[in-house]
Order: sequence, then structure tokens, then C-alpha cells
Amino acid sequence: MAYTPELKELIKKVEQTRLERVARKQAGKEFPALTLEERGEVLQKFHPDFLPNTKRALKAGPSKGYEIPHEYADILEASSRVEADSLRLGEPDYDTDVLVIGGGGAGTAAALMAAENGASVLIATKLRHGDANTMMAEGGIQAVTKKEKDTLAAHYLDVLGGGHFVNDKELVATLVREAPYAMAWLEKLGCLFSKFEDGRLKSMHGGGTSRKRMHYAGDITGAEIMRTLRDEARNHPDRIRVVEFSPAVELILDEKGQCCGAVLFNLETEEYRLVRAKATIIATGGSGRLHVQQFMTTNHYGATGDGLTLAYRAGVPVKFLHTVQYHPTGTVFPEQAEGLLITEKFRGAGANLVNIDGEQFVYEREPRDVEAACIIRECSDRKKGITAPNGKVGVWLDSPMIDMLEGEGTVRREFPGKHILFRRYGIDISKEPMLIFPTLHYQNGGLEIKPNCETRVPNLYAAGEVTGGVHGENRLMGNSLLDVIVYGRIAGRTASGRIKKVKLGTKPSLNHAKKFDEELAAAKAGDSRVAPILLPDYVNPEVKERHRVVE
Amino acid sequence: MAKKTEPASKTPGTGSNTVPIFIMGKHYDVPDTLTIQKAMEYAGYTLVRGCGCRGGICGACATVYRIPESYRVEVGLACQTVVKPNMHLAIMPFFPANKAVYSLEDISPTGTVLAEYYPEIFKCIGCNTCTKSCPMDIDVMAYIARAIRGDVERVAELSFDCVMCGLCAARCPAEQAQYNVAILARRLTGRYIRPRAQHLLDTIAYLQEGGFDAELEMVMRAEGKELEKLYNEREVEPEMADESWTPKQQVAAGRGK
Repeated sequence: MAYTPELKELIKKVEQTRLERVARKQAGKEFPALTLEERGEVLQKFHPDFLPNTKRALKAGPSKGYEIPHEYADILEASSRVEADSLRLGEPDYDTDVLVIGGGGAGTAAALMAAENGASVLIATKLRHGDANTMMAEGGIQAVTKKEKDTLAAHYLDVLGGGHFVNDKELVATLVREAPYAMAWLEKLGCLFSKFEDGRLKSMHGGGTSRKRMHYAGDITGAEIMRTLRDEARNHPDRIRVVEFSPAVELILDEKGQCCGAVLFNLETEEYRLVRAKATIIATGGSGRLHVQQFMTTNHYGATGDGLTLAYRAGVPVKFLHTVQYHPTGTVFPEQAEGLLITEKFRGAGANLVNIDGEQFVYEREPRDVEAACIIRECSDRKKGITAPNGKVGVWLDSPMIDMLEGEGTVRREFPGKHILFRRYGIDISKEPMLIFPTLHYQNGGLEIKPNCETRVPNLYAAGEVTGGVHGENRLMGNSLLDVIVYGRIAGRTASGRIKKVKLGTKPSLNHAKKFDEELAAAKAGDSRVAPILLPDYVNPEVKERHRVVE
Repeated sequence: MAKKTEPASKTPGTGSNTVPIFIMGKHYDVPDTLTIQKAMEYAGYTLVRGCGCRGGICGACATVYRIPESYRVEVGLACQTVVKPNMHLAIMPFFPANKAVYSLEDISPTGTVLAEYYPEIFKCIGCNTCTKSCPMDIDVMAYIARAIRGDVERVAELSFDCVMCGLCAARCPAEQAQYNVAILARRLTGRYIRPRAQHLLDTIAYLQEGGFDAELEMVMRAEGKELEKLYNEREVEPEMADESWTPKQQVAAGRGK
């Protein structure tokens, strides 16, 4: 659907100020960035994390008392799907050295490293192998690769500043130290990163970066990484088995309290299948499909936080779940693309954010939370947003500036995915701006891990978006792809390195889940909810009204 | 199939018109602004297969449909394609395709490598159905032609936007799995044909020598105000700087050698 005449009229105001804004940028005169004090103020007033009555303290489990959004609390304070006594846990359907729960970037990286170490691996995944947020990451992957201008300390400071200085420092240090190796590994696997003729990696800024260290593969960086890792996993059928459409719905613990496998649920035949594993890696990704505060999300269909539920019940605390990342730029118009991610790379390449009067109102490379809060302020408090035909309000992301700054054809060449998508709707984003508003994007926090990916439960490891600590209260662009590769590799290495020493008990059980249910009941929490929820519920409520069953 | 377009009507509460569509032969009236994916949910389906990123990049929701007015088989991604009146559609849940198992380290990007692993490329009859079936507008037949000629790099370039949805393979009368040929070409190109990033190897060597350690340890020790000061005063590479830019602060000893 092309822009309506009313919106086209408003776009003229953007065009009127564009030349001057481009000239300012060319002269190196950027819109002033906010000071740390100003950042704090706009976050307090306008970021959704700070709205009252959106959180509650957990009443049960290892993080009892911790205040997190209701939507997260709902899946942690919930009962098991499994009737524990109905399963013969001593007779597994699969026996493996390493069980990887989740077939996205972290899980597949972990599987590859474990297989390389000689372990047998089973990947159990809810949808298809590769159906994950990794596939959708557009912008890029940060790493120090140019020592002439960049250092691990600079990357470390960027991560910490973006995360409000409360990140787990050891996790950050590991992330930045392992980053160059992660890049070299991906290059060796044949990922087609955007490069200069001589092989030098192209790199650019992201919000909150002090050096241009974000590497990319066109505007489909995550897809390029994911399809390459998946292809490589399929080159090892002797070591890596993949079971699709079979999410884990409960961990299995032995009498020593060690994790010894998981219960899988075949979504198609609806049967439970049992896995015995010497090491289990949780790599289930994020939870955008929980729609915190009813925000639209950029996330994958399967992003329902399943791994948080499983591990929390088994005794792993959660951290940094009190903050949620809203990506500043999600599509508002056309409606078919609503909530869809517009990569930060557009702003990295110089596109301004502009209000209804054609005025720039914020520096375009603030960290994500600050940028999102400033957009919400412009649309609410200052009433300078643009209203789309569906009633949704947003601001302009002035993508045509990029062609003026970098040369005609840059938008089409550097953002082929988005260019094609909008062209289908009759919008040429190299000539017309995009209407955007913040959209739920990333689970900043999650399971507590050590830098080697161990959790508090023996034989249980976790990596990627399901974990919390490395990004503190706010993740920077380009650090999530990095996180899944770095920590996925570490989890695979650690887990496979341990399997020789693991002695599994003889009494596998789901007692931990039973105990957790009792704790929920005693605390009057839970409210008969069941988790993991596995799939979001998008069925038309009017249809569900007609589902009534006669008792 | 109904040959006549039924009149559109208003859906209460949505402000949009509804159109009739036929999901695997069954008639439903859905708002005309919805994508096929959202229309199925509107109709009451809970999707398990045929739904992934919902953003046009994962390739889970390859869809085939026909419009009564045309004899053609149309294709699209369910999450990207807006419903059309009287479309008869099915999401393709899965399509089998053989993938060659290879060790990237032990092969090289010769003119014959693609044909070695996928000899069926020579069976291409040039019908162009693959290209017409691609929801990403990739010229699939052109890259298969390049594969036959052994131009690995060009196959990689032409296929770069591939989401591996399988529509080309499903429609191919020569029974190929084009997208698996393409990813082999892309990985060979990334691994062997494009020059390696020498600066990355140099940076890793520098890291292994401990070149970054002192500065990293220094910033890791910093707390509170001192840490904030380091952050605020860190030098930021200008937006318009080119590849030759270096920071004024000599942050690490032995930098830039």
C-alpha cells in the first residue's frame, strides 16, 4: 500500500529540511547527543520499562522477590505441561552426549563445537532448524578486527555504557575477547561478509559504538550466518542429529540434582519423547512473542521464552529481566509490515529521525533504549508524531538521506531486503522516508551463567538470548549475533569437554518440577497457568468463541 | 473454483473490506489488508508448520495459489503476500531436497566442483519456472546456467538473497534442488574466492600476544564515576571517517604496526 495523499503531503516537510540536514552532516555537525544525565531523565519519563504497574515480584523459585514484567513472571510462575508419573524416564528414546535445546544461532554454534570435540549431539528444536531470531538479525556483528583503530577496551566500554554499567563484567570481557575469533570462524565457514576488493571487512557504526566495528553481509547478516551454520551442521550427519518440531517441555534431573536430559514434545504427533544426555545446553533464544505491554514485536514466531521456564524450575536464577529492549525503529505503515524491524544500520549510515514538522529531534545513534524513549516522547508528550491511516503514530526515518550522503543507489545496494519489501508496497525508500515507532525486540536478561556457560545446575549450560548479564540493562546493536556465536561456541566447548567426567545417576526424575508446583501452590502464585507456552496464540478470538465444547 | 469475484463487504470493527479466499479449498472471508499468514489466523488456524520469522527472511512459509481468472500457478511467502479475492492457496509445509555432504576444508572452488556434488544441474531444460517461482525475485535459472559453466562466484552473487524456501525445487521439472547448489557456491566464495581479511588475522595475532590486555584490565578495574568518565571521554570515530582513520588517543601500546 503506497503512502496516502495525506502522508505524501507530510513527507514534503521532510524534503524541505533534507538538504540542510545532509549539509550539516557532511560538515561533521551532528545533532548533539544526550549527556548521561539527560539519558537518565528521558528513560525515566518515557521508556516503557519505567511505567508503573507493569511488573511484579516473583513469588516462587530461585529469584523469588525479583520484580520483572508480568508477561515474564507469567511464564516463570507456571506449572509443568507434563504428567510426571506417566513417563518412563529410565527408558530414553534418544541417548546422546550433548543435547542442545534450540536450533538457532547459539544452539547450532554449540552443536558444531561439541561435534568438533568428538561428542555426539542432538539438536531438539521447536520449529525448523534455523527458525530463530538469529535468522532475522539484519544489522551486523560487532568485533574488534582493526587494531589500528579499535581495541578490546573500547568495545568493552561501549557494551558497558550501553548496558548502564551494570553488566556482568566478566561476561563482557569474554564477549569482546572472543569476538575476533568468532569472526575468523565465520569467515572460515564461508560467510559472505561485505568486503572491499582486498578482503578488508566493511564495518560501520551502530548505536552506542565508539568505533566502526559492526560487520555485515548486506542487510541479511543474521540469515547469512544462520544458513551457513545450518549447512555446516548438515555436513556432520554422523555427529549431529536434528529433531525438528519437538520442543523441550521439561528438563530431567537425577538423584544428585544433575541435569541428565529433557522431555521433548512432538508438536505433530503430540507424543512425549525422552532424551538422556550427559550435558544439556539451553539455547532457546528470546521471548518477543510474549508481547510485553502488548507491544508489537520483531521476533520470530517461536520466541516464547521456553528455556527460561525450564531452567528456572530446575533452580537457575534469572537476571536483568527487569528491562526489555524496544527497537527504536519498527514499521508503522503499511499495516502488512507492522512491527517489522527496520535495521539500525539505516541510522548508522546517517538517516535522521524527523518529526511531523520535518525537524530532527534526536541524534540518530543514541543507544537503543534512549533512542526509543526519545521517539515515544516526540509522539506523546510533544505531540509531534505522524498519524498513519490505521491510527498508529510514528516518526519519519529519513532513508533518502543515505543516497545523498553516500551516492545514488546506496540504499538499493546496501539494504536490498528492505528495498524490495517496501517496493512491493509501492514505496521507494531511497526516495521516500519510512514511518516508524519502537517495537519489542530483545530480551536483555535471562538465565544466570558463568563465562564458560555453566549454570548453577550441574550438566546444564545456557547460551545466547536466553541468558542474562552480558548486555546489562540494554544491548547494543551487533552484540546479539556476536553473543550467540561467542557463547554458543563456548557452551559447545565446555559441555563437550565435561562429558568424559560426567557420571549420571540412576534415578532420573521430574521431582524438581513437582516441587516447584508445590512452591507455587503454597505461594498462591501460578493461577493454573501452564508453561512453556510453545506457540503464541494468534487465533481470531471470534473463532475461539465458537470453540465451545459441551462438557 | 468460483469463476466470479464475490462482492466485498465490510468486516465489523476492522474498518476494512473482506474478500473471499479458499484455504486448501475451504472458503473463508477475511479482511483484504491481511497477509495470507494473518488471514489464516483470522480464519482460525493455529500455525505450526509454514510459519517462521513472519518477516520474509526465513523461508518457512512458501505458498502456492491460483486466481480463477488465470491459468497460472502463483507463488509467494505467506507472511509477505497480501490476500487476493478468490485466491485458492496452500502453504507448502516442507519439500524434500537432497543436500550434498562435504568438507569445505577439503574441496576447492574449481569449475567442476558444483557439478561434482550436484550433477543434476546439467539436466536443466531452461524452462525458467524456477525464476518465475522465486518469491525473492532471484534469477534462479541464470545462476544454474552459471553453475553449469562453473562460475562459482557468480552463482554466489546471483543467489545471495535466497531464503531457501524450496519453491524453485518444488516446481522444477528437472528435479533439482537449486538452493542447495547456491549455498555451496556461496560458502566456497566466502571461504576461497574472496580474499581473506588479513587485518582480522593480524588483530588476532596481536590479541594473542597480549597487546590489548593492559588497557582492558585497566578499564575492567574502573568503577562508578571513574568508569563513567572513561566512557564519556572515549574517542568516537566520526561518522564520515574513512578506512584510514585512527584515534588520537594512543590507547594501546604497539598499535598500528
